[in-house]
Parts: sequence; structure tokens; C-alpha cells
Amino acid sequence: MTTEVGSETEVKEKAEESADQPDQSEKATEETQEVASAEGEEKGKEKEGKGISKFLPTWLKKQKSLSQTSPTKEAALKEEAISVEKQEEEGPAPEVNGLADEVPEKEAVKSEQLKEKEEKPHSKASTDTEPAKEEKVDESVEKSPEETKETTEGQGVEEEKKEQEGEVQGEGEGGGGGEEGQTSIFQSPLRLVRKTKMKLVVCHVTLLDGTDFSCEVEKRAKGQFLFFKVCDHLNLLEKDYFGLTYKDNHEQTSCLDPMKEIKRQIRSNNWQFAFNVKFYPPDPSLLSEDITRYLLCLQLREDVASGRLPCSFVTHALLGSYTLQAEFGDYEPDQPRPVDFMSQLNFAPSQNKEMEEKILELHKSHRGMTPAQADAQFLENAKKLSMYGVDLHHAKDSEGVDIMLGVCANGLLVYKDRLRINRFAWPKILKISYKRNNFYIKIRPGETEQFESTVGFKLQNHRSAKRLWKVCVENHSFFRLNTPEPPTKPRFLTLGSKFRYSGRTQAQTRTASSLIDRPAPRFERTSSKRISRSLDGAPMISITEAGRDSAENGREHRLDDSKVKTVDVSPGDVEDTSAQQSLGASEAAVAQDHDKTQDEVLKHQASISQLKRSFMEAPPPSPPQTNQWEKRLTSSPATAVRVQQQQVVSEPHAEAAAAAAAAADFTISDTKESAKTAEVEIEETVVIQEVSKATKPALITVTTDSPASAPTDQETREPEVTVQEEVAVPKDAKAAKQESVSSESESEEEAEYHPNVSVSLSHTQIPEEKEEEDKENEDETAEQNMLAPDVSSHQAETSHPAEDISGGVVESQKEDMKKNAENEKEGRETEDSTDDLMMTPEETPNGVALSEEAVAAHVEEEPEPRINGEPRPQVICYSEPPVVKTEMVTISDTFAAQKTEIATKEVPIVHTETKTITYEAAQLDGTGDGEPGVLMTAQTITSESLCTTTTTHITKTLKGGLSETRIEKRIVITGDCDIDHDKALAQAIKEAKEQHPDMSVTRVVVHKETELAEEEED
Amino acid sequence: MAALMAGFGLYTHAIVRRIPASLAKEALRTSEAEVDVDKARGEHDAYVEVLRTRLGLDVVDLPADESFPDCVFVEDAAVVCGDTALITRPGAESRRGETEAMKRALKALNLNVVEMTDENATLDGGDVLFTGREFFVGLSSRTNQRGAEILADAFKDYAVSTVPVLASLHLKSFCSMGGPGLIVIGSSEPAQKALKIMQQMSDHCYDKLTVPDDFAANCIYMNLPDKGHVLLHCTAEQYPESFKVFEKLKDYTLIPVSNMEKVKVDGALTCCSILINKKGSI
Repeated sequence: MTTEVGSETEVKEKAEESADQPDQSEKATEETQEVASAEGEEKGKEKEGKGISKFLPTWLKKQKSLSQTSPTKEAALKEEAISVEKQEEEGPAPEVNGLADEVPEKEAVKSEQLKEKEEKPHSKASTDTEPAKEEKVDESVEKSPEETKETTEGQGVEEEKKEQEGEVQGEGEGGGGGEEGQTSIFQSPLRLVRKTKMKLVVCHVTLLDGTDFSCEVEKRAKGQFLFFKVCDHLNLLEKDYFGLTYKDNHEQTSCLDPMKEIKRQIRSNNWQFAFNVKFYPPDPSLLSEDITRYLLCLQLREDVASGRLPCSFVTHALLGSYTLQAEFGDYEPDQPRPVDFMSQLNFAPSQNKEMEEKILELHKSHRGMTPAQADAQFLENAKKLSMYGVDLHHAKDSEGVDIMLGVCANGLLVYKDRLRINRFAWPKILKISYKRNNFYIKIRPGETEQFESTVGFKLQNHRSAKRLWKVCVENHSFFRLNTPEPPTKPRFLTLGSKFRYSGRTQAQTRTASSLIDRPAPRFERTSSKRISRSLDGAPMISITEAGRDSAENGREHRLDDSKVKTVDVSPGDVEDTSAQQSLGASEAAVAQDHDKTQDEVLKHQASISQLKRSFMEAPPPSPPQTNQWEKRLTSSPATAVRVQQQQVVSEPHAEAAAAAAAAADFTISDTKESAKTAEVEIEETVVIQEVSKATKPALITVTTDSPASAPTDQETREPEVTVQEEVAVPKDAKAAKQESVSSESESEEEAEYHPNVSVSLSHTQIPEEKEEEDKENEDETAEQNMLAPDVSSHQAETSHPAEDISGGVVESQKEDMKKNAENEKEGRETEDSTDDLMMTPEETPNGVALSEEAVAAHVEEEPEPRINGEPRPQVICYSEPPVVKTEMVTISDTFAAQKTEIATKEVPIVHTETKTITYEAAQLDGTGDGEPGVLMTAQTITSESLCTTTTTHITKTLKGGLSETRIEKRIVITGDCDIDHDKALAQAIKEAKEQHPDMSVTRVVVHKETELAEEEED
Repeated sequence: MAALMAGFGLYTHAIVRRIPASLAKEALRTSEAEVDVDKARGEHDAYVEVLRTRLGLDVVDLPADESFPDCVFVEDAAVVCGDTALITRPGAESRRGETEAMKRALKALNLNVVEMTDENATLDGGDVLFTGREFFVGLSSRTNQRGAEILADAFKDYAVSTVPVLASLHLKSFCSMGGPGLIVIGSSEPAQKALKIMQQMSDHCYDKLTVPDDFAANCIYMNLPDKGHVLLHCTAEQYPESFKVFEKLKDYTLIPVSNMEKVKVDGALTCCSILINKKGSI
């Protein structure tokens, strides 16, 4: 149902998620595409009504069949039903919120306009007449249980009708058959009849003491619904350290995302979960409650006993002795055959008599220790173990050597066998991303290093890469707030994938738990359960009543929680901030490039691509570069402008969402979109590539320069050209636009995360951004009108660093371009507003006859191969001196510390390539590159399997009286068979040399995009 | 509490070994220096005396074995941490036999002795730096990855990180612990580079004390019950500049120990003893 509600992006994403329901997702996508805003709203309403109707009778009927239910309870149940429903309707909001249940509370604080939107679902829910109708049907069913089958069919027909009306395609009717079958085990025949309406599923959760907790949840419930139920059952308040896991179809243990529907995650009928520690607190003594420590102990005992947490003989014995003390109290000398008893307890993977004796011996020494003290001692020792809290993932390094990647509170650890061979502390990591089965981290340059480097690891498959990425994002988010930064300014953020850490951070949870004011809850410590953990058929706790009670309690608890939470950052703020900060981070990352290549920037700054770069990836410089530039930025509207820009880009999404009418929390969903779009801008090549995966395009660019000339910023430009191409596509065809939009949502396939946030973003800018968004919601035209001038001012802003060095000449040139950009922009605004989707500033040069014209022309001529392009390419740069900056060296330094070299092939250099250019600044005259380049040739040769396109672009520049001719040749080879890149490259170079014997090849950029055989999942 | 990271630098026993006459001619060395065995023995006696008399350790004094010219450098033959002792497989073939006597001595002390039997593994104790929180193992001409892995297996509680050692014989040829969380490091480029790697690899923050001479960075830190911080370090005669650096340490009992002769066969201060804590173990 949520599919209806979300923006296009979301829809697609969900569709992707639910690969087991391809029809549905397809339909959803189609539908969304068709939906005009008004229509969409209507549908949304209908949908919602239907959704509730589907849900309500379930409860009503149940009450009837139980018939003993007290009225109050009934009401409560109803309420719950609605709220659950609402949770779903509000799809986007909880995604962003820390906790979905806090949404209402939070909304109270929100702007009126938001409230209005908020209320829509409520009113709809109450006014809709459909539930009643449905109820009647159900009643009739109940009356004639013998006619079960018939009635069910009838119901089905009725439903079909409705489906036609409202285009309902909830997964329930079609896809849910399996679960129903399973659920039926627990239900009476009578209820079996109503199965089509009832969406209750029994979840089994294995708790840390080995017992099984079962409860019913609504089938569409989100992960956190179940999680809270479990926490309530456990009487656990400090729940942020814990989480639920499940075994996916591949027998891999995955974390249950609290913000997503359970059903969509488990993708099987096995509603079996485990309650586990998710974040191991580095200092358990800082936990507020003994019960939390106890649960942590249980987890660690299991970790130790299973060998997941390796420790020495002595430590095994010591930990075991504390366990005994905690569970059995003081050592009893009279205990009959204590050693036999001991062997029933599982302390270590390789437990033996010697160890058991040692444990007993140590146990004696703990006399008088309370269980809580023993637990604390246990934790004090366990936390010092080197593998405490390290989540290991199998991987291969760039040379194919088996390694393990360990994610922990401090960062990412690299192990080979048992040995730690490298470590990347969170502050060292600028970006975490994954793509297919590759996992990448971008490393902040060290004191002595000049350049960032990217380290790539190969995971077993896409799923494991994604899982590792998620774990990194979560761990970083959770633990990195542990810095001197004020907790109101969280330093986590995500880009790209929809996924983000949704819980509280450690700092927040500490604050919250410091406010816990309840008598220490009584709980039972016993090992008897632990002993039986290995046995099947663990005791089952009564499902329904207990479950429901706890659910009610859960509500109350949650209320408490949200009260507590007001002390913290409001989740929405967090998210906004992160969106903003994420921009900052990525920009900061590139800002470093700017500094590094200042000279080069100087020379080429007039080039549009550079301008674009400045705009897109601009400032807030990361701490090392703190300078006036930053100050200017923070005091200027530039940052806000940048965000606006993204808003405009994301606007159609927003529209779609609005159209769907149920977008509960607009600002937030919008922000999310912004973030995503930001990713697209930064990840220049992301957008188009996913459209078709059948081909293997290769792009070879050869730049020939006359001997006197300086190297060009070809590398800098390269990725941007790609962007242009991507941009050009939507201009050409609307259908293409749709595709490119949806590809954004496929970010599940790859995602980025920028763990480090430039501090330069001041708080004041964040409300500003929000305001803008609100405005946008109100009146997009106003927003757009504002945009153009803002853009220009921003451009002026970003050009500062260059100006500082080169003086005003360039500036004037830039001003010209700015104007052009403005004009261009305004001109476009009158066009179909969807065009604005792609109206990122980098597009403007396309329309403006400047030096990039040729490229633009090329772009327009060549959208096809690019559409067939492939996700984020591996880029290999071959450079001749003096341009060579050898990524190899940079990377090898930061990979395994003892490695001396890394295969360049394995490492995506997309983000490092621009750093390779260092060259003296050249004087530019007033028009800069003013002489437009000339597109000499553009030919396309198509053979059966390969499409080769050669574009030659000649630029003549007057440089201090010297005429410089730069010939840029771009060869795009697209095909679905193997391309010998080396050969193609050699050929290209050879040809270039032959054609221009008096010139030298200064730069060769190979931009390769290959489709891997790896299947895409998730 | 006793097991993990119990009082770093607390020792009760020391194992040393006498200098064989063969040291002068046959001991392995990276330089061509002539060694005066008598002088070396004099130095060594003084060293043992400090351990025994001045610091009050129980010294197990193993007899020299003429067939093992390097046998005085006992550190390479075993790594002891807590009550676990790993008998190494020294990288130099001529030294493999040294471990026999060491194994007996360690067993006699009731330590949990683990042997390195893998024939592909080599490990010199001189490449093993235990910081109290974790191990760093230098990958040198004497120690390989496999050796480090076995060490990691023997001491599961601790992180074991590897550090490439390119310019010197052992990791501890240019560094050692000068206190809890204090790494004494030489100022040469390879030494500083190695320190950087160690800092990067570690979850813990270490202070560093840089001394001008790499070899002077090899010192022995102890934290003894009624003596507090004790540091055995180079003499002013041998490394005057580095000596000055050590002199500045506050709250330390500083004991300069001469090492002029043994250094000619690459013997540093830590090389000549294995320190063991029997009291704290459980």
C-alpha cells in the first residue's frame, strides 16, 4: 500500500525490494508514472480506505469471536489497528524519524502546513465508508461458516472489483498465501475463513537466554513494532544497543531494519527472529541498568562459547567463573559433583576438564559477589578482548587475498587470518560506498599524503557488500557521536541508499538512559535456560493475550520514550542535518581537491566543467582547509542555495508524493530526496547507468596537446561530461527521464555514506534549509524564481578560491557564464517543470555556446550508448608525465600497511582522478577559454556487437601570445561483447600520434564501465 | 581482573643465559665488528646483577651452550605474556636449538607452554612488542606472517598487528615500551614510519618518546611493587644524546645499563632476558 503513497523513487525502490513480487512492482511503477497529481491523490484516498477496511474487520471480527473482550480493549485494539495502518501510510516519515511511533508527537511541533497534511490520513480514515462495507461482508462470512469457501470467493470477487476501482495491489491478497497457510496453524478454522482479511502473523523471537518469545504482529508491521514488543517483554529500556536479526534466504543473518516492513525484509514465511546485541557498548559500566548489562552478558557468553569472541584459556576460565557467580551465587563446596554439573554448561568452544576445574577454582574466589557485580566484572574483562564488538565480514582485498573486515565502534579493521593488517578509524574515512559486490572506503589523506585514496574490497556478493555497508553506516552513526561535538549536531548521515541508521546514537541513548527513573526492574538470572538453548522446542510464551498486553504497554513506554527524546535532537532534525551535512561532507571532500589543484584550477577555471564542479561539489572545506572561503560560505546564502538546488531537482518527486496525498511529513521526505539527488550529482555517473545492463560500454578519451601547451583538466572534466550526457537524455525524451529518475532509487544497489561531516556547516543554515523546503511545498514557482539569482550568487561564491589567486579577469568571465546560466535556467523554467528535475547547473553549458559546446554536441549526439551505460564505472586513468600522479602509490600507502602496491584496476579512481593534475597556472585572457572549441568530427561506426563513436574536439587558446591547440578526442565504444581495452587504447593513441605528429599526447583517460556477472539482489 | 592487562611491567622472574665463547666469532651480526667476549660477559653480568639484586627478580640463569653462539639473546626464543609462553621458531636456522633449554626453563616455571611447530613459521621474540594492550609483530628477515599468526593464536585475548620491518634486524631494534602506553622510538625514518603504522593499527592511543639513536630506543620498563616505574636504558657513554632524553623522565627509577659489546652482535637490552610475572597470574 505504501507503494502508492511514496514518490516515484520510493515506489521503484520498494519494487526492487520486493523482487518476489515483480508484477506488483511493475504495476506500481507504471501506475506512478501515469498518475497525475490529482488523480494520485484520489487513489491514495481510496487506497487508504481500502487498507483500513481490510484491516479493521479483522480486529472487529476477532473481537466478536472472542466476544469477551472488554469495550476498552476493543477501542484500544482499534486504535492500534489504525495506528499501525497509519504507520504505513506515512511511509516516508518514519523512514526519517528515529522512531515511527514518535511521529505524532513530533508532528505537533511541526509547522501548520505540515499538520494539515498530517491530518489528511486521519480524516480519511474516519470518514471513509468502506470499512463498514467490508465489515458487513465479513459478518456474513461469520454467519455461515459452513459456506466458507463460497463466501471467500465472493469476497475475492468483491475485492477484485475494488481493486479495479482503487487499483489496490497490496501484496496481501496475491502474495500472502503462503503466510496465511502458516498462520493457520495457530488459528481456528473459523479464523481461517477470514484469512484473506486477517493479516496477523506469529513471530518467534529467540531471546538471549535461549527462550523463545512469540507474539502476533500485523503482517505489514515494521521491524520496530516487533522489536518494541520484545523489549517490552524483556522490560528493557536501553534498547538502542539491541536489535533483531533474521536468517535470509541465503542463510545469512541480517539485521531487521526497524523502519521497514518485516515482511519485505524476511522474504520468506519464516517469521523467526533472534534478539541480539547490535552495538556492543565500549564501556558497559556506563550502561544505566543492570538488566541491560545482564542482556549484554548473555550475548557475550554466547559469543564466547561459540568462539565468535576468541579468548585465551585463562580468560575463558575467568569469564566462566563470573558467569557461575552471577547465575548460582557463591561457590557451594557441598554441591554434588560440581565438575559434572559444569560440563553441562557451555563456556568455551574447546571446553575441557582442566578449564572447568579452573573455573571452579576461580569461582571460589568470587565469594560474596552479587550477580550484578559478577556481571559487571564479566563485562570489564570481556570488553578488553581485542575482538569485543567487532563484526567480521569475509572479503577479499584488491589482489584477491582472503581477508576479514571488522566493523567496530572505532572504525574498520582489516584482518588476514588472525592478524590485523590495517585499520581505518572512522575519522580517517571520508566515504563508505558499495557497488555490487565491491565495498569502497575513501580515506582522508594523512599529514604527509597529498591525496585521498580509495580502497576497495571484494565481498562475496552484492548482498554481503550491502550488509557490510549497512553495518558500517550504523556503527559509525551510533558511535561517532561520541566525539566532543555537541550531541545536537550528529555527525552521521547517509547518501544514496534509502537505508540510514534510524535509531538513537550512543550519546543520545546515554542521555536518554540517564533519565531513566524507575526502580531497578526485577529479572531472573538463570542458566537453566541457557543450558537448554541448544535444545529445540524452547518454551513458548502465550501468544495473543500477552502479546497484546505488551503491545499496549509498549505504547505507553514509547510515549515515555518520546518524552525523553525531546531532550535529544528531534529525529527530524537529525535527518535534516544529516542531509545537509552529507552535502557538506562530499563537498568538503572535493574541496580538498580544489585546493590541491589550485594552480590547475586557475588555469582552467574558466572552463565550464570547472565551474560546474565548483557549483556541484563546492565548498565547505574540511577542517584542514579552513580558510576565508569557508567563512564566507557559512556567512553567505551559498550553502542554502546549494540545498535549494537539490530541492528543485527533487521537486518532481515531491510533487509525486504530494499527489499521492498521503505524504505525512513533507519536509522530511523531501530532504531525503534531496540527499539522494545530491548523491546523483556527486556520483556523476550514477544516474543513467542502471537503465540497461546488457552492454559493456567503454569510453576512451585521448587528449592531444601541442608541446607547448599545458595538460588539460581532462580528467576533471571527464566525469562531468558523463553527467552532461545523462542530463541530456532526459531533455530528449521524457521516458528517458523516468528511467533516470528511477535509477536514483536503485541506489539500493550501491550507496554512499559520508561519515565525516565538515564542521563548517553552521546550525543556522539548517533551519534556513527547512524554511526553503516549506516554501517549496507551498509554492514551487516562488521557489524556482528564487532559485536563479541564488544560483548565480552561489556560483560567484564558489568561484572565490579561484579569484583569490587569479584576480578579477576570470571573475568577469565567470559572471558572463553565470548570466548565461541564469538565462538558460529561466528559459527552462517556462518549460515543462519536469525538465527542472534535471536542471542542474551543469546543464547550462549545454545550451550556451562556450568551449564545451562541442562536447555538448557530442553529448546530444550520443545519448544512446550512454543510456545503455552501466552503473558507476571503474575508471582507469593512464597518464603520461607530467600528469602522472600514480593512484597506485596513494592507494598502496593506505591499504594494508605492509603492502607495497595495489593493482590499479581494482580500485575505482573516480574520486581521486582529479587530483592527478598539477600544473602551473596559465594566464587567461578576459574570455578565458573564450574561443569556443570546434567540433571537428563526430562519427559513429556500428558493427554487430560494437558501437564506436569518435568525437574530436579542438580548442585553440591564446596563451601569453602563444597559440595553444588542444585536440580532444573521445572514443566511445559500446558493445555487449568483450572489448580489449588495451588494444583500443593503443589504437587510439597510435591514431592520435599519426594524425598529429607534431603534437604530444598529454592525457589518456579510460573510462570503463563493465557489467559484472554478479546478480543483483535486494 | 587478573588475566587481562594486569599491571603492565610487573615482573617476578627473569630468564637469562650465559654468554658462550663462540659469541665472539660465530654469533650472527649485521656489522663486521670484533667482539671482546670478556667485555661482553662483564656487561652481561652487570645486567643480570641489576635484575637480581637491584630489582629483586628471581633470575633463572641458564648455562651457555657453545653450539649456540647467540644463545645469550634469550628474548628471541620465547614470548611470555601472562602465564602463557610461546616457544618461537627463530628465523635464523643456527638458533633454532636455543629453544630447547628455554622450553624446559619455562615449563619449570609452570607456565602454559605453547610451541610453534609449523615449519613454515618463523618468529623471533625480538620482533614482538607487547604494549600491555596488544601485540605488534615486526615482519622482518627473522619473522614471517605465519609466525605472527601463531602468536595471535597463542594470545587470543589481544589484537596482533603486523608491522613491516625493513631497515633493521628486529622490530625492537628501534623501539620498546617505556611505560604503560608509552612507546620509546628511534628517530630514524624507518622507525618513525613503523611507529606511524603502529599508531594507525591500534585502537589505543600511545604516547611516544623519541630518542635520537634507534638502538637506544630499546630499553626495559618495569613497574615493581616498591620501586614504581623502573627503566633500564642506555648509558651516557654509549648514546649521550638519547641518554639525555631518558634523563628527563620524571618519576622513574632510571638505571643506565652498558651494552657496548653486545650491541656489536645486534644485542639490545631487551634481548638478554625474558621477564615473567608469576604473581599476578591465576
